[in-house]
Amino acid sequence: MLQARGLVKRYGQVTALDGSDFDLLRGEILAVIGDNGAGKSTLIKALSGAIMPDEGEILLDGAPVKLRGPIDARRHGIETVYQDLAVAPAMSIAENLFLGRELRRPGILGSVFRVLDKKKMLAQTIAFMADLQIGIRSMKQAVETLSGGQRQGVAVARSAAFARHVVILDEPTAALGVKESNMVLELIRRVRDRGLPVILISHNMPHVFEIADRIHIQRLGKRAAVVNPRDIKMSDAVAIMTGALPSPAAT
Amino acid sequence: MTAPAVAPARGWRVLAERLPPLSIIGPFVALFIACVFFSFESDRFLTGQNFSLIAQQVMVVGVVAIGQTFVILTGGIDLACGMVMALGSIVMAKLAVELGVSPHAAIACGLLVTVFFGWLNGVLVTFVRLPPFIVTLGTLNIAFAITQIYSKAQTISDLPDPLLFFGETFQIGSTAVTYGTVLMLFLYLMFWLVLRETAVGKHIYAVGNNSEAARLMGISTRRVLIGVYTLAGLLYGIASLLAVARTGVGDPQAGQTDNLDSITAVVLGGTSLFGGRGMIMGSLVGALIVGVFRNGLTLMGVASVYQILITGILVILAVATDRITRRGA
Repeated sequence: MLQARGLVKRYGQVTALDGSDFDLLRGEILAVIGDNGAGKSTLIKALSGAIMPDEGEILLDGAPVKLRGPIDARRHGIETVYQDLAVAPAMSIAENLFLGRELRRPGILGSVFRVLDKKKMLAQTIAFMADLQIGIRSMKQAVETLSGGQRQGVAVARSAAFARHVVILDEPTAALGVKESNMVLELIRRVRDRGLPVILISHNMPHVFEIADRIHIQRLGKRAAVVNPRDIKMSDAVAIMTGALPSPAAT
Repeated sequence: MTAPAVAPARGWRVLAERLPPLSIIGPFVALFIACVFFSFESDRFLTGQNFSLIAQQVMVVGVVAIGQTFVILTGGIDLACGMVMALGSIVMAKLAVELGVSPHAAIACGLLVTVFFGWLNGVLVTFVRLPPFIVTLGTLNIAFAITQIYSKAQTISDLPDPLLFFGETFQIGSTAVTYGTVLMLFLYLMFWLVLRETAVGKHIYAVGNNSEAARLMGISTRRVLIGVYTLAGLLYGIASLLAVARTGVGDPQAGQTDNLDSITAVVLGGTSLFGGRGMIMGSLVGALIVGVFRNGLTLMGVASVYQILITGILVILAVATDRITRRGA
């Protein structure tokens, strides 16, 4: 689905990515874990278009792509939910969902006067949020009136609504309590079950082991291993991550 | 999120959710109370003639306040608006009267100058990344100085008719209404629709709300910002024409009160100085509140210094209300 071969990224003297590979399969949740400085966030930035790697290539459905920025990545069907969610707090849920991709009225009203089709956007928002079972009373309410988990839900829903290939989630449960985290994890499963593969970056090992189909372990700028959470103990995964255990030969 | 079942709102909460927030109805309520108060204090207040007068006094700052609203919605502020407007009116008057340019071309040149200043503000804010406060403080002085140099600080009179059109009146019943008032109301209606019903409007709110989020969602924040400042320049130019038409002269001392009065109108109208929240009709109401207070207090025989004092208190009250009502959010 989404692959990377031999990615290298240097920041002055520091080599953040040192020939890293990456493979995302169809319809899976792939967690990316790694210690601080392992190149995890650099890898994700390269995949979401936030940075351009110095060497190596990114392949989407087997074809090499150059991602020239987050907007370019979106054009390729890769949607990212940023840690700060990138929502406009005073604007409504429906407005946030369609921000930058507004629908216009049909006919002259839309083409000449550029009038928005608010009804259609609202209806699609309601339908989509119901589909993902995100229980929010009104899609017209401002995002700032929502709880942290609900806001995360809005951001995830927005990405899932528009992504054609991949949804990337950066620490979606970092700021949430237990109950809200579970809601978000449930939501991530539903996104996958709709057929969209998900890349999940997280520091939270229990969450990763609960939800991931496979785990990509990043270490020293390279992919150290890809493991199946059902075949490995959490402590062993952490050991590979920190280098206490050697990487398994078969990755 | 686990279940779609949401407890239905009941009782007063339904009412509270259906009512528009205080920041939207507050200005309308304040204007209404002020009108009721002054109609008791002076029997000349509640007449068509008097309201027409208020509208004429408000139309210049009202149009400037549209531009100011756009700038403040993006999280900026424009301190130069009144001075840019004065420069525009001097260019129009000078070209038409002293240089023999056709009046319509003179108007076009005046608009071009104010649009240029708006664009310059936008470029400095966007590409040089200077704070709007500093940029417009600079252009305020530049526009003021050019106005004085170009006009030699002389008032220009004997203007040709086309420059005075918007000061002319037509009758509705026994009340004379200026075309300028109609133009102001038309501009408010138009830009109210733009902000409400178009993607550009939503993008302006988004840039003021969270410009990084807007950028990540594919909105060109630079284009939005430069567009907004340039549009504001155009509106200041239209205000120049209204100022010339209302006073009948090109006055190099014009616009000095409009700088702050426009900000006052926007803030009284419930638009947040922090950007991203507010609505344009509020600014019209805000401008009317200032106009009504000035007019009513004059009718009551209160000296104009006290009117300025009261305007100052109103602004602080409005900003404080904004702060307090949004603390919960």
